[in-house]
Amino acid sequence: MPTAPAIELRGLSRYFGERTALRDVSLTVPAGMTLAVLGRNGAGKSTLLRILASLLRPHSGDVTVFGEALPRRAFAVRAQVGLLAHEPLLYRELTARENLVYHARLHRVGTERVDEVLDAVEFQRRADDPVRTLSRGMVQRVAVCRAVLHRPSLLLLDEPRANLDPAASALVEPLIGRPSGTTRVLTSHDPRAALAEADMVLALKDGRIAYAGEPAGFSDTRLQDLYA
Amino acid sequence: MRTAWVVLRKDLRVESRTLETLPAMILLALVTFVIFHFGLNRDTIDGQEAAGVLTVALLFSAMLGINRLFVAEREQGGFDAFLLAPVDRSAMMVAKAAGLFIYLTVLEVVAVPAFGLFLLGRSLGPPLAGLVLVLLLTNIAFAAIGTLVSGIAVNTRARDLIGPMLGLPLLVPALIGTARALGPLLAAGHATTSPPLKWLAILALYDLVFALLAYALFDFLLEE
Repeated sequence: MPTAPAIELRGLSRYFGERTALRDVSLTVPAGMTLAVLGRNGAGKSTLLRILASLLRPHSGDVTVFGEALPRRAFAVRAQVGLLAHEPLLYRELTARENLVYHARLHRVGTERVDEVLDAVEFQRRADDPVRTLSRGMVQRVAVCRAVLHRPSLLLLDEPRANLDPAASALVEPLIGRPSGTTRVLTSHDPRAALAEADMVLALKDGRIAYAGEPAGFSDTRLQDLYA
Repeated sequence: MRTAWVVLRKDLRVESRTLETLPAMILLALVTFVIFHFGLNRDTIDGQEAAGVLTVALLFSAMLGINRLFVAEREQGGFDAFLLAPVDRSAMMVAKAAGLFIYLTVLEVVAVPAFGLFLLGRSLGPPLAGLVLVLLLTNIAFAAIGTLVSGIAVNTRARDLIGPMLGLPLLVPALIGTARALGPLLAAGHATTSPPLKWLAILALYDLVFALLAYALFDFLLEE
């Protein structure tokens, strides 16, 4: 029985007032693949991630995630999607553990999973400290825990390794890297690093597709043109 | 209801750590009583005058609470975090309204005895049951309308202005009901110990309408 692609976009457009964030974007991402979304600041990368996370409605076009149409089936999609955004989405006055327990309860996940992810990123020692007392790198580790707490099938990773040193980056790799086995959509301030991780590339320029395909076909010249 | 309880418990925990809302609400009510005490230059007040003063003090404090209702969600990504979960969005409305209701009730536990001491100059004992009933109905009105307008205002640039601009006109009928229901209870000599049924019924009806309205509309307010 054929399985639905992880992501299917058909003529997706999204505007913010007069400004076009995404225009006529079409793409299919099979399950298990890693899609690198590249483009300059304001190219529409974060908008695409927010639409896939069901936080933004598309203005035209069709979006499906694992066969579930957005925004109509947003409820079903939310259970399958984990978003690691620029903001950690954590309450500063709560401890790391309290934040994760809160999210676990929202997602109806057992609280033993909280210990599991905290162990995975070696954070048990500081887990009971308020988030406001943690360094940015530590907050990012907790944010990674939050994003994968409910074992999502699709990870939306917006600059996932921001603020992480190499050791911390290695710690989160099993959760959000290729070993996680999930379908991933990632953006990075370092396009070459994103390309190295990717099975597919979507390059956006002013909200339009500049390139969509395999990383091998995305030459250095195209990369330079994209960021020119 | 389970999700609403999860959000409410989180909100109460955050407030217990920051003490950013409730102490300010209590302080504002107490300061209002002090100003009226000296402004009116009277040892005691009673009847409709006392009801007006108590209602105004509660309104000031409630507006403070209403304005702060979604601050943590807005500033710390709480909305996105909530919207990413497969939960009924109305649960957040229920949680926020319940939180505001709790804050107002705690405020009144402190402020009403202080009001009796500063401005009434006598015990609130005999009409206490009626007073509690009126204030609980008033709190429901504040909670339902406050959550609705705060939800509307939170995603706008002029949120500090829009909250009161929308909330105050909507609250006026409820506050008239509160003041008119409280008046006889605060009359000198405790002439009556039960509030007028007409005003209680108006308050209860207003509560019901706005609670249903807020519940029905809140889902749309969380859209981007």
